[in-house]
Amino acid sequence: MTLLPAQTNKKLGLVIDLDVCVGCHACVVNCKEWNTGGYGAPLGDVDAYGDNPSGAWLNRIHTFEVTPDDAPAQIVHFPKSCLHCEDAPCVTVCPTGASYKRSEDGIVLVDESMCIGCSLCAWACPYGAREMDPVENVMKKCTLCVDRIYNDNIPEIDRTPACVRTCPANARHFGDFADPNSNVSTMTRERGGYDLMPEMGTKPVNQYLPPRKKSRPEETTEIAPAFVPKAGEGLLGWLDRALEKLG
Amino acid sequence: MHPAISVIFFTVTSGAGFGLMTMIGLGFPMHNGIVAAFLSYLLGGGLAVAGLLSSTFHLGHPERAWRALSQWRSSWLSREGVIAIITLLLFAVYALIWMFTGQRIAPLGWAVAAGSLLTVYATSMIYAQLKTVPNWHSKLTPFCYLAFSIASGLLLAGMIGKATLILGLPTPTIIVIALGIAWIIKSVWWRRADTIGFSQTGSNTGTATGLGHLGKVRLLEKPHSGENYLTHEMVHQIGRKHALKLRAIAYILGGIIPVIMCTFALFITPVFFLLIAAISMIIGLFAERWLFFAEAKHAVSLYY
Repeated sequence: MTLLPAQTNKKLGLVIDLDVCVGCHACVVNCKEWNTGGYGAPLGDVDAYGDNPSGAWLNRIHTFEVTPDDAPAQIVHFPKSCLHCEDAPCVTVCPTGASYKRSEDGIVLVDESMCIGCSLCAWACPYGAREMDPVENVMKKCTLCVDRIYNDNIPEIDRTPACVRTCPANARHFGDFADPNSNVSTMTRERGGYDLMPEMGTKPVNQYLPPRKKSRPEETTEIAPAFVPKAGEGLLGWLDRALEKLG
Repeated sequence: MHPAISVIFFTVTSGAGFGLMTMIGLGFPMHNGIVAAFLSYLLGGGLAVAGLLSSTFHLGHPERAWRALSQWRSSWLSREGVIAIITLLLFAVYALIWMFTGQRIAPLGWAVAAGSLLTVYATSMIYAQLKTVPNWHSKLTPFCYLAFSIASGLLLAGMIGKATLILGLPTPTIIVIALGIAWIIKSVWWRRADTIGFSQTGSNTGTATGLGHLGKVRLLEKPHSGENYLTHEMVHQIGRKHALKLRAIAYILGGIIPVIMCTFALFITPVFFLLIAAISMIIGLFAERWLFFAEAKHAVSLYY
């Protein structure tokens, strides 16, 4: 059913910390690995070892350069996957009912056996979260690892999305945004988490945490005093004091 | 957006077919007799069906196309399919009665006309609803589709029908007026599309990444070295290369030549000149529809 649920009991989603992400693509690779063997058909590739490889991925990392007016440029690695929007335009445009948003937890999924591969959902998504599988010819998207998070057959520690589980920098967090005291709600509140393209009116569930403010040379910071060279004891201390006396 | 030939063919030919069905349904004077009625039915219904069948060729799973009839409550694509099938069935009944009794049942014809226009409207809304593609996301888009459908339908009806006067004016004159209206709407549409950018929503790479408040945001490295589905489908740029030339071709073949042919048709052998006008117009509309897709920029391009 491609009408959106009036409300969902839970709002499962991700927090992605742009301050922490190092752009290693481990989440991308683990996502592909898990999802090619999990929910639905394998994630197809075409010409994988040839001159012009391409394929379906559910999570991709872009790297942006941000240049302030008065400071040097900084690099921000930017992981992007489905945001499981509350007002998901990809769901309502679907003519077959293959796309749907679950009322129990808000996950947006595709029933691949009903998908006709018309691409309209991918056109409706501003974020590029959906990709057509080049082998199966059905639409693929992030499932929030629905086959992991409720899976009693794997250790409890693994019951989070593959991208979250694998991130070596802890830049990705999984939780319930409907619970104001959950890890993701707290992080979003404390770090100023934000929506991507809020002007599109999609009300994304996933939140991004901005890079922390960079210290700049002319500014005094709390950690700077620790770096003022300080004479200690021993040979170096004696040398320092002796040289000071020389003027 | 990637201009898929099957979708371009679909929107142009089914637009013309439903336009002709509208004219027949509204009672456009046609030749009577079982063969003439059948051929009129075949041209209108045939173009509409050919277009709809063509549209299934761009599907990943055409064999599941029937499923697209189920979600009419939320999806314009689904609504289009449902209305198109109902209209084609009504038109078949209308044509059968016409063929075998010589009677054209007016209320049934009006239903066919209304259904045809609704189908074209639903087609246009598939594109006009998309906030992600500002060129399309406009009230002008349905007007363009409807105006071209009516103009091409009127041209085809004038060609195969027997009307010499419509609303007190010679048939070719009426066709020229319809063509003129359609191309004026399209030129307004183009003028808007040329300047709209992403100003509708105010989106830019800064809002797409949420990093705009920190400074100037620029893509440093793509997520992958080659092309992917997104860049191929939605960040398509090759089609825009000859945009100005294609617009000129669209205006000339879709507008100017049909108008000249209609002028000839005022004086001599209308059928022949209207046939050339119709062929020229359809080719011109292919160019127009190619640009409709190729020139449209999608919000996801802000990430690339």
